[in-house]
Amino acid sequence: MNTTSALRQSWIIMLRDLKHWQREPWTPLFGIAFTIMLLLVFGYLLGGSIELPGGGDYLSYLMPGMFALAMMFGLEGTMTAIANDSKKGVTHRFRSLPISSVAVPLGRAGADLANSTVELLVLMAGGLLIGWRAGGSWSESLLAVGLLLWLRFALLWLGIFLGLVLRGEGGVMAVQILVWPIGFLSSVFVSPQDMPAWLGFLAQWNPVSATAAACRELFGNPAGITDGILADHPVAVALVWPLVLAAVFVPLSARAYRRLSV
Amino acid sequence: MTLAPPLEARGLRKRYGDTHALDGFDLTVAAGSVHALLGPNGAGKSTAVHTLATLTRIDEGEARVAGFDVATQHAQVRAAIGLVGQSAALDEILHGRENLVMFARLHGLGTFAARTRADELLEALDLADAADRKVSTYSGGMRRRLDIAAGLITRPAVLFLDEPTTGLDPRGRADVWDAVRRVVALGTTVLLTTQYLDEADRLADRITVMDAGRVIAEGTPAELKSRLGGDRVLVVLPTATGSAAAKVAVAAAVSGEVRLDEERAEIVVEAGAEGGTAALLAVVRALDAAGITPTQVQLREPTLDEVFLHLTDRPTTTDRTATADGGHR
Repeated sequence: MNTTSALRQSWIIMLRDLKHWQREPWTPLFGIAFTIMLLLVFGYLLGGSIELPGGGDYLSYLMPGMFALAMMFGLEGTMTAIANDSKKGVTHRFRSLPISSVAVPLGRAGADLANSTVELLVLMAGGLLIGWRAGGSWSESLLAVGLLLWLRFALLWLGIFLGLVLRGEGGVMAVQILVWPIGFLSSVFVSPQDMPAWLGFLAQWNPVSATAAACRELFGNPAGITDGILADHPVAVALVWPLVLAAVFVPLSARAYRRLSV
Repeated sequence: MTLAPPLEARGLRKRYGDTHALDGFDLTVAAGSVHALLGPNGAGKSTAVHTLATLTRIDEGEARVAGFDVATQHAQVRAAIGLVGQSAALDEILHGRENLVMFARLHGLGTFAARTRADELLEALDLADAADRKVSTYSGGMRRRLDIAAGLITRPAVLFLDEPTTGLDPRGRADVWDAVRRVVALGTTVLLTTQYLDEADRLADRITVMDAGRVIAEGTPAELKSRLGGDRVLVVLPTATGSAAAKVAVAAAVSGEVRLDEERAEIVVEAGAEGGTAALLAVVRALDAAGITPTQVQLREPTLDEVFLHLTDRPTTTDRTATADGGHR
């Protein structure tokens, strides 16, 4: 199976996934509404009582974290879509067609990235409305957006893998609950330096923290941390973490898809 | 162009653990014909189709589809066949036309060619009016027809239909039967599996009757029906009392086999060579002469269960309730 035809097939599947949203737009709309709600809760309800190490405005610290968190929470939607799809008859047909085994997962990835790009733009517009500002240059801001989508792309494959492996309701529910503590155990809302040492250590190594730290630097927002690798080389870590995740979960997803029995 | 039959299988064997799903299965299907594999659940019909479609490996024997070896030429076989399974393999949210266009494009057709092919198939299977509706709004018969259309995108030489009318209402069944006739008119050879004798009778040029992975009878519907005892005369008596005497009276008047179901107070007579109407008259005269007034007398085609009883001298291997009602009348 050559690359051109695999990409063409993925494109066709992606258009199909996007058409599903066009016909039934509640899932993506609810996803965006949910992220805005989180932003308002943390920015206004809790934000006033949080002091940052190294100083700075909390809302400016929070926004890049929210962007990264939205990218991570996206994996839940990916997983649910893949798990539901794999139980339906159309998957049987896809598997019997002479197409590449990455076409269906890659099509999903394309559609979800498109969805996340829109979500990110809405969130950034919302942030600008409530007083967040990107202080860096245009190219730095673009790089930040690129890193956010890069994180989304990598976690997408984790979502695809989990969706294929945990097809039962129970497994999907477990992941939907687990993304919360894992998402919060990061630098998104609170600086890891303000956490107990061991928690702070885990939070620093959360891939979401790396992308959040890189975005804070590139957008010129308060870093919230004063030393450690995330303070010194956030962009490099935000490039490498998703690369590692993708290297592990792209092949695992392709294998899980081939092994799917419908 | 090959003159060899599009489907040929010799001595196929397939074992799952201790079960012989196929136990020396033979099949020859002529080009442009409809061939039915008839048998109860678990007879090996689906396994036969899956091995011919290269979805399941055979343990022993050989089979050629459109001239290609199913054991060694998977890709060629798959390119030459269409397979429609027991459940609809369709995208429920997309429209009918969108489904066909998507599958056609995934088969490698360009956008324009895919649209043209989709329109042709929608027309051919009488779905043009519903083309721009979500599949989730389709009836069972419409879904099955769209599924058949999807199986025809590549203009396959052979189309496999695995129980195409199972679970459909009578209207849906009639629609699918009509669709199968249209498919054959396009020049495609069709192999279908069914549990319903009347379905095989209406659609097939030849029928292969299967049981426990083997062929137990083969022929045209007319040949099989006459060999299987022809039509049946059903006599329903008011009570079981005296049913044995009624059986004796009837048996003396006809040449075919007579069976009594005491529990239901029913007598079933094989019409045999003399033909249905003659047997019916003979039965009525014999009952009248014996002073027995039945609650019902009717002439009907044999059920699958009766065919199996005739061929194997035992009922179908599935539970009797599944087939005793004929399920298909």
